[in-house]
Amino acid sequence: MARLNPNNLAIAQEGIARYPVPRSALIPLLHLAQEQDGYVTEDAMAHIAELVGVTPAEVMGTCSFYEMLKREPVGDYMVNICNGISCHLLGASALIHHAEDTLGVKPGGTTDDGKITLEAVECIAACTEAPCLQVNYRYRNQVTTEDFDQLVADLRADTAGVAPHGQLAKVRQHVSEDRWAGVSPPNGQGEPAWMARNPSDNGDGS
Amino acid sequence: MSENETVVTITVNGQPVEAQPGEWVIAAAERAGVYIPHFCYHPRMNSVGMCRMCIVDIDTGRGPALQPSCMVAVSEGMVVDTTSDQTRKAQDGVLEFLLLNHPLDCPVCDKGGECPLQDQTMAYGPGESRFVEEKRHFEKPIPVNDLVYLDRERCILCDRCTRFADEVAGDPLITFQDRGDQTQVNTFPDLPFSSYFSGNTVQICPVGALTAVPYRFKARPWDLTEVESTYPNPMGDRVVVQASRDQVLRYQGVDSDAVNWGWLTDKDRFSFESTASDLRLGSPLIRGTPLGRPDPGGSELVETTWRQALALAADAIRAAVEDKGPQSVAVLGGARLTNEDQYAWARLAKGVIGTDNVDAQLDDGLPTDAVLGLPRATINRACTPGGTVVLMAPDPKEEQGTLYLRLRHAVVNDGVQLIELTPRATGLSHLAAHRLHHRPGEAAAVAAALVGGDIDAGPDREVGGVAADALAAAAAALADRADQPITVILGRPSLAEAAGPTVEAAAELMKLAKLLTAGGRPGIAFLPALHRGNVLGALDMGLAPGVLPGRVTLADGAAALAESWGSVPASPGADARGILKAAAGGNIDVLILLGVDPLGDFPDRKLAESAIKGVGTVIASDLFLHPSAAQADIVFPAAGFGERRGTHTNMEGRITRERQIVTSPGTARADWAIASELARLLEADLGFGSPEEVWEEIVRVAQSHRDLSLEAIDTETDGVVVADSSIAFHSPEDATPVPHVDAYSLRLVSSRRMYDRGTLVQHAPSLAGLAAGAVLALNPYDFDRVGVDMGTEVQAISHVGEMFVPVVSDAGVPRGTAAFGYNCPDLDVRALIDNDAVVTDERIQT
Repeated sequence: MARLNPNNLAIAQEGIARYPVPRSALIPLLHLAQEQDGYVTEDAMAHIAELVGVTPAEVMGTCSFYEMLKREPVGDYMVNICNGISCHLLGASALIHHAEDTLGVKPGGTTDDGKITLEAVECIAACTEAPCLQVNYRYRNQVTTEDFDQLVADLRADTAGVAPHGQLAKVRQHVSEDRWAGVSPPNGQGEPAWMARNPSDNGDGS
Repeated sequence: MSENETVVTITVNGQPVEAQPGEWVIAAAERAGVYIPHFCYHPRMNSVGMCRMCIVDIDTGRGPALQPSCMVAVSEGMVVDTTSDQTRKAQDGVLEFLLLNHPLDCPVCDKGGECPLQDQTMAYGPGESRFVEEKRHFEKPIPVNDLVYLDRERCILCDRCTRFADEVAGDPLITFQDRGDQTQVNTFPDLPFSSYFSGNTVQICPVGALTAVPYRFKARPWDLTEVESTYPNPMGDRVVVQASRDQVLRYQGVDSDAVNWGWLTDKDRFSFESTASDLRLGSPLIRGTPLGRPDPGGSELVETTWRQALALAADAIRAAVEDKGPQSVAVLGGARLTNEDQYAWARLAKGVIGTDNVDAQLDDGLPTDAVLGLPRATINRACTPGGTVVLMAPDPKEEQGTLYLRLRHAVVNDGVQLIELTPRATGLSHLAAHRLHHRPGEAAAVAAALVGGDIDAGPDREVGGVAADALAAAAAALADRADQPITVILGRPSLAEAAGPTVEAAAELMKLAKLLTAGGRPGIAFLPALHRGNVLGALDMGLAPGVLPGRVTLADGAAALAESWGSVPASPGADARGILKAAAGGNIDVLILLGVDPLGDFPDRKLAESAIKGVGTVIASDLFLHPSAAQADIVFPAAGFGERRGTHTNMEGRITRERQIVTSPGTARADWAIASELARLLEADLGFGSPEEVWEEIVRVAQSHRDLSLEAIDTETDGVVVADSSIAFHSPEDATPVPHVDAYSLRLVSSRRMYDRGTLVQHAPSLAGLAAGAVLALNPYDFDRVGVDMGTEVQAISHVGEMFVPVVSDAGVPRGTAAFGYNCPDLDVRALIDNDAVVTDERIQT
């Protein structure tokens, strides 16, 4: 549990090369670290700092700004129950209480088997489907307590069809090398490599 | 752009104000005497508009609107109202918000009494909070490094410390973390804010969130008295010295446009701890019996009276002169004194005693003619936008911290091109346009190729260890910007090599300088980067062999000076190495040490040891009983910084005032007074009753300083730069031959670190622990060749000595080179350095 493994290091280096300035790759790399360990470890932050040429404190500054980058271990499945106004009116509080009873944890806690982390969140923009929740940011709509119990059973059996926390996509995007941005020259000195490849662009958005 | 467009006229509170295009409204208003309250705005850093306190009514023709004056640039016809009801209401509101989470612990807060937040709450705030909820809580002060504590509850998130760390110091090790109302400033876990400049964040913090360990709970601002002074380092940093009850408690940087811009290094900022140390000498010491009777050659140093110590010293000097002539008296050091102290000692040595065996440098600097004979630059010239800086000196980050900050700013913000011509990477390397890391001792060949442009380029070619292609690129870049000023920072980049190669490299650059100036271009000027506080003043005041006060050689100045001095030495004397060699040979009877510790500091420790043993009488004038003073026969306690007054000369030749605020411990006296007392006992009246009278004599007899009155120095905010010099630079005739390094050896590079085993650092409790242990640094690629593993202890063997030392990897050390800190507290690299050779090679074995 630590620095990026050799496979992810190769992905990280490809990712860095896609940006004109290495530090632009900071957030994708944090996601990569979270995908590897389920959360962003301090060692991974230090490793990313080395890779993009900033200090670990700067990586921490960026990482800690985003709620969805976890800096503490979480379960395989984050269950975020919405407690926004629509969900609240349609029984979210009862659902949260039910979840607490079933899972045996308060919002923010992780079950003993390390499977599920429960969170109560503000509006997640699915008011027509209230009460709703997210499992690793994938929606479940109009959730009843029975639905919830079934969901927990599926999650515990890993049969809910949801990827473990941190995994962003099933298929990783690859950009061919000739489409990479190329290292940009210092400010005000010439134009970045990608501009030359798109002559119609004229660099002014026309 | 025509002439009249370069000034923008705006109206501030009904008054017309002229401003520069691009200037912030807050700065223009402040210049016009209208203070706009602010917390995050700092004139030496980028504006961020974080605190919103400076919002005022700004009307650019579309009616007044509230805008942050630190983020709005002036424009023609702009109308600013800082007193309108709308402005007032907005500022009151901002202040109420800032105070929501700010604890009301002013009575126990160090900042109380000098706190912008407190002051502005008095001036603007509603006075009563409507916020009844619980304030946010954090763990009370946490250390962000060994010198600075952070109280996050008091922080108002102005971004000043984090901006300083990032923009000014280049050490972004503190950042904003988390967000919303939980935002805090913090370091990465277990990675402290280890910056040489962290103390500046304490000075610019607008609340009591950042406090410095040495000052915490020591005083209240209203109990402090203060004077503006000059910190005695080679930059001549402007400081305010603050004291309470005759104790110096704090130095604060002063924003001097020409010098330090308000910044100080931590080493300088917290060095007051050592001048205030209990271990300071407070009474003269002599070799004597326990009852205080003189006992020449005795083993004990005992306290005595000034009368007795001075009489013994005068007797020893008189006896030496009568016995072997004036040349048997020698003076070492004086670089840490004020100009006045230095002049008094120079006159005593050269005018009264008649010896020219005087040297303020300890064979670790440059020859006098290279310092006083080369065209001198100013720091502002080095930082001219578009100019070029050639760094041929020790790492400025380690030795001249504030110069590092100025150069860093110039490179990052003003497009100054930096060419680094050093034997290893420095703190500026990552900013350098061209890094020419040459083999130790071969700077001259690289400099010749750089200015001559005659480079045999090709992938496998090299000059002095520098790839020919890189050198050709640097030469082209230098030629490309030859219309702009070129400034060379000149010093001894490594103490494991002789001064010769550096002087030869300077001579090569002078060839180009002559061509450029002949072509009417700004040409090349030099900034000497020497070690020890007022070393430039010492050279100006004649504390070097072969020169007299006023930047004149003994030969040229003798006639003029003999009128006021009576006599001057007939022929040039020896430098520090010559003096110590003569002493070791029994030819020096009296050796006077002025604030120097040759045993701890002279590059050749064995020579220093045999010299101290070989001298009849060693007289030391110092603040502390360091190893050399402990072996002296007579020790005078001297006044330190803050206890004396006088003038200081920085690397540019800029003269500024050093002022007194506290009294010396015990009966310690200023050095000029010690010198005059000694002179009186030697039947010569120097005629000084105060440092001001010494200065009057300096401006009367010293050519370069003629008619430079103290009033003139005080009138100019940044002091006065003395530029005249009648000393000519002598180009070395023959190049120093540099032997080839054999395939099994590494060439040694040794330079100073900021925190070291020096007397001042080791006597400051907060700084002493910061000195890093000795390591031998190798290029990562050299480990296999040498056959050692990182972190292991290896045996380093040169042909003069050997020692066991841990070895580490450092990509900044070129291949074939081994780097060793010069003044580490535990291991003394001097045992490995052959001082009679140009360079030292060493082998490594496990």
